[in-house]
Amino acid sequence: MRKLFTPLAILTAAMLGYAPIAIANAPYESTMLLVQKIFYFHLATWMALATAVTVCAAGSVIYLFKGNEKADRIAFAAAELSVVYCTFGLISGSLWGRKAWGVWWQWDAKLTMAFMLEMIFLGYLIVRKYAGPGAEKLAAAMGIFGAATAPFIYKSADWWRTVHPQTSVMKTLGEKAPPMWNVVWFCGVAFVLLFVVLLTLRVGLEDRRAELDRLYLEAEA
Amino acid sequence: MNMLRCAVMALFCVLLAAPAILAQTPQPPPATEGFVPANDLPAVEQLPAAPLVIGAYACFLVIMVGYAWSISRRLNTVEAEMRALEQRQARGSGQR
Repeated sequence: MRKLFTPLAILTAAMLGYAPIAIANAPYESTMLLVQKIFYFHLATWMALATAVTVCAAGSVIYLFKGNEKADRIAFAAAELSVVYCTFGLISGSLWGRKAWGVWWQWDAKLTMAFMLEMIFLGYLIVRKYAGPGAEKLAAAMGIFGAATAPFIYKSADWWRTVHPQTSVMKTLGEKAPPMWNVVWFCGVAFVLLFVVLLTLRVGLEDRRAELDRLYLEAEA
Repeated sequence: MNMLRCAVMALFCVLLAAPAILAQTPQPPPATEGFVPANDLPAVEQLPAAPLVIGAYACFLVIMVGYAWSISRRLNTVEAEMRALEQRQARGSGQR
């Protein structure tokens, strides 16, 4: 992974650098016009968030059932990144909604569930920091249940009445506007790669902290 | 008789000035009887999209740079603590 990290970081930086150019060149949506361009970063954020919560859940399951501490550190890092991505997803959605719907926020099913996901992962981080011994297992359970809400958030716009566009938008986009579809996936891949880069850095920090704890224990022994 | 003459003169002056006063006073608009929805909002009344789009991208940049900086700061703290611990251990073994 260390060998791959530098090329991956360079590729991610190049893709993120080119993303605004690709977005500027993408066609305008007929009703929302310029503000719809937020969509490219907004959707890409939720793609990266879906990856983050999946990694967190997988790491938590491995830690709970096999006791693998490396998996726990990866889950912790992914949970922190989930909070970061979810925060940006909510902010970008709010900015888009202000223009498209006329309001900064709407307490409908999709938005409220996304907000709850943010709260669950913030809770995860608070538990890790303040719950004391055994906090890792409690947090792991929170990570699994937090990730379990993600599919419901994704499908909520189809299942319940909500102002948020439905998931069919992506399907029709691929059929009707391939240039927009290409930019969506370009940004999505760039954001997921950025998640991998940040996760690698964050896991590295947790590895060093674990090493420091081990040194302290050795010094006391 | 003088009083009557004065009153007639005053009334005459007021009547003479009336057209000028009426011409200067703006006429109030007629009372609104109901709201009529507009099909197209004039461009100057519309909420501009550009600040929202730029705000969204700037926000992403600030959050990601801030987060990367936070990782780097925490990593430096851990590294400094490790160096301090190693130095303490080295001093301790030297004294023995």
